[in-house]
Amino acid sequence: MEPLVKQEKTAMSGDEAIAFAVKQSDVDVVAAYPITPQTIIVEKFSEYVANGEVQTEFVCTESEHSAMAASLSASVTGARAFTATASAGLALMHEMLFVTSGCRAPVVMAVANRALSAPLNIHGDHSDSIAQRDSGWIQLYVENAQEAYDSIIQAFRIAEDFNVLLPVMVGLDGFTLSHTLENVETLSDDVVKGFVGTRLLPNVLTHEGKMVPFKLDPDNPMTMGPIALQNFYFEFKRQQDEAMKNSLDVIQRINDEYSQVSGRKYGNGLVETYRLEDAEVATVCLGSTAGTMKAVVDELRREGLKAGLLRLRAFRPLPVNEIRNALEKVKAVAVLDKSMSFGGNGGAVFHEIRHALYDAETPPFVVDYIYGLGGRDASPTELRGTYEDLQRILKTKSVQNQVQYLGLREEKGQ
Amino acid sequence: MTIQEWKFTSKDIAAKPDLFLSGHRACAGCVPATVLRLVMKGTRGPTIVTEATGCMEVASTIYPYTSWATPWLHTAFETAAANASGIDAALKIMKKKGKLKQDHVDVIAFAGDGGTYDIGIQALSGAVERGHDFLFVLYDNEAYMNTGIQRSGGTPHGASTTTTPAGTVIPGKLEYKKPIGEIMVAHDMPYVATASPYYWRDLLTKVRKGLEVEGPAFLHIFAPCPRGWRSDPAKSVEYSKLAVETCVFPLWECVNGQWELSVPSRLVALAPQKKKPVIDYLKGQGRFRHMFTPQGKKLLEEVQNLTDRRWQRILQKCGMVQKS
Amino acid sequence: MTSHEKGWKEIAPAGVCSKSSTSFLTGDWKTFKPVRDISKCTICLTCVLFCPDGAIRWHPEKGDIEFDLSYCKGCGICANECPTKAITMKLDQE
Repeated sequence: MEPLVKQEKTAMSGDEAIAFAVKQSDVDVVAAYPITPQTIIVEKFSEYVANGEVQTEFVCTESEHSAMAASLSASVTGARAFTATASAGLALMHEMLFVTSGCRAPVVMAVANRALSAPLNIHGDHSDSIAQRDSGWIQLYVENAQEAYDSIIQAFRIAEDFNVLLPVMVGLDGFTLSHTLENVETLSDDVVKGFVGTRLLPNVLTHEGKMVPFKLDPDNPMTMGPIALQNFYFEFKRQQDEAMKNSLDVIQRINDEYSQVSGRKYGNGLVETYRLEDAEVATVCLGSTAGTMKAVVDELRREGLKAGLLRLRAFRPLPVNEIRNALEKVKAVAVLDKSMSFGGNGGAVFHEIRHALYDAETPPFVVDYIYGLGGRDASPTELRGTYEDLQRILKTKSVQNQVQYLGLREEKGQ
Repeated sequence: MTIQEWKFTSKDIAAKPDLFLSGHRACAGCVPATVLRLVMKGTRGPTIVTEATGCMEVASTIYPYTSWATPWLHTAFETAAANASGIDAALKIMKKKGKLKQDHVDVIAFAGDGGTYDIGIQALSGAVERGHDFLFVLYDNEAYMNTGIQRSGGTPHGASTTTTPAGTVIPGKLEYKKPIGEIMVAHDMPYVATASPYYWRDLLTKVRKGLEVEGPAFLHIFAPCPRGWRSDPAKSVEYSKLAVETCVFPLWECVNGQWELSVPSRLVALAPQKKKPVIDYLKGQGRFRHMFTPQGKKLLEEVQNLTDRRWQRILQKCGMVQKS
Repeated sequence: MTSHEKGWKEIAPAGVCSKSSTSFLTGDWKTFKPVRDISKCTICLTCVLFCPDGAIRWHPEKGDIEFDLSYCKGCGICANECPTKAITMKLDQE
């Protein structure tokens, strides 16, 4: 699709692309704490601040917990807020993530997905953000630095939509995407500013009986974050769930609108299908692994195998319909989980894909591969091996091992 | 109007409409509630309040009711100062971008001793170091009262709490009250002060001074809790007077590193007969009851000595000595 | 289950409170109520300032104070602090 606007191609890492997107998005407050591999985002951004290239209050908080508290507070004061973190930082924010979504603050956060301790590991896997899947945040996972740039810009629009008003986290694989240089096409400042627009506020009814903009404003006092007892708490949570449901449409719409401007689309915004129309075997994954998988699929197709791939861009909200439509005619599916749910008989993505397919007329075989933990590389050969396993499953019409570990050393010499 | 120009009588203060409204669910005789009422009487213009989890937060905002006539935000227990940081940053940038209606908005962060001494100290220290423009008010009732009277870093030596009960082997809290005011002074911040609600005029003056600071200000306010202290609710304000007269809670200010003893404590320093023995304060409080047994006598002496030692330290900083 | 409360579709998001606490009358908590001897009262307004519940109000236009027993919890701070002992706490018979 031909973009309507002129774009510039620059070599950027995922982190740099994100910092640049934030720079262009008229962000008011950035409150953040550095943690590998997100550090380049905050460092780059602070350069913009120091050189007067942005009109943003940059707050170097003393921890991630405070970073989220400050971002949330700035957001409900009426400011557009952004933060970034990874791994332990996201884990430290855990309590505040729930508070942020509970307060319906449209904070946007980049997460440079990284393994959780212990033992300490600074490299990429999805355990940090997958562990936060119940926090009420929208979760998008990007395949490359280009998508990271595009998704941050889209995230402000998704979050601030009146039917959503939920915070959004954009996950990019630690080091693989955060630190690797890619050619990134960037839009002009005006176009991005025009796309994100000024932050608008919905009206709420306050205790003074007035319908006024939802923010902390001495002219229109309101109380936010009260204690809600057994008689009300449940209703507030239901509201958040409804907002998540609404975001399914909003994410698609924003993906579409953005493609009109940039020429780039990511599937329908929720999922990206690759050669799935007539596929008999398929894998499902999040993030940069999809890039490698596409090459694997192409190779298998050249060999005559009807292979396909489903990339989940949105993990929350879970795009159940898209998953079912994409995979119900496939005969065997391998899910790749870059995180572990200890004692869960498989990873989170596996559980949810099976859940989405349970009600299909003839659900496919679905198996799980835990892989890539702590930045363990998965080679194209290893990844191709999952398709070979799927073929064996179809041949024998049975599953030997529902959950496997890709690239794990069982004993020395493997 | 600056503090120099603000002359007020009790009638002026009483006539000011309450911003902390009646109908809150605090206990009968809750002096933290009195403190919040008085602090809000000291505001000077548009104000945003943020609060840590605790007695006053929970008692004043049971959905759908609110006792706050100002914009008010609660997020979590640790975060009063972090919230204030975010609000301050938002106000600054919104003003720069021409998005703020008001010329200036004061930000007040309220927290109890839990949200200040312990779980909240990191955010407080960070916010002060970053120089955000806000007034942090600690309403100190000396334990985690909201969750059932458990000990905090602000619980004084010898006090019986539900996690440091006065038992047969251990007589209450063995540790000492963290000198939070002095800790905040060590941050080299513009304004730190202590206040006690009995001395409401001094308290209000300090609130106003704190708000006027362009940067962080810290106000440590003594707030007796009849429920947690197991004392007569009617005497709750009286205890805030006794605490000053016995030097358990000296009143002082530190303005840009310059210490000054406040008048109520100054009177005690200058006149030996005005300094009351600590026992006058401790008696009648159930949390210190175990000190009034034969075994507790030693503890009474410890508390007197501790009080005197800290009093001397404050006097020294203020360039004074206790007349005897 | 109280169905006379509003449902999730009707309440404001983020817990934005919908009522002022002034509509919640805490006065029925009290066991004792303050009784003022007007002859002793000097209108110093100490009780007005110290009341945790703002249940004593100063009316400048009347030049007098008023005890709002619909909020008064009967703590007795006003009686204890009154410099002229003009207030006594009496059992609330209602």
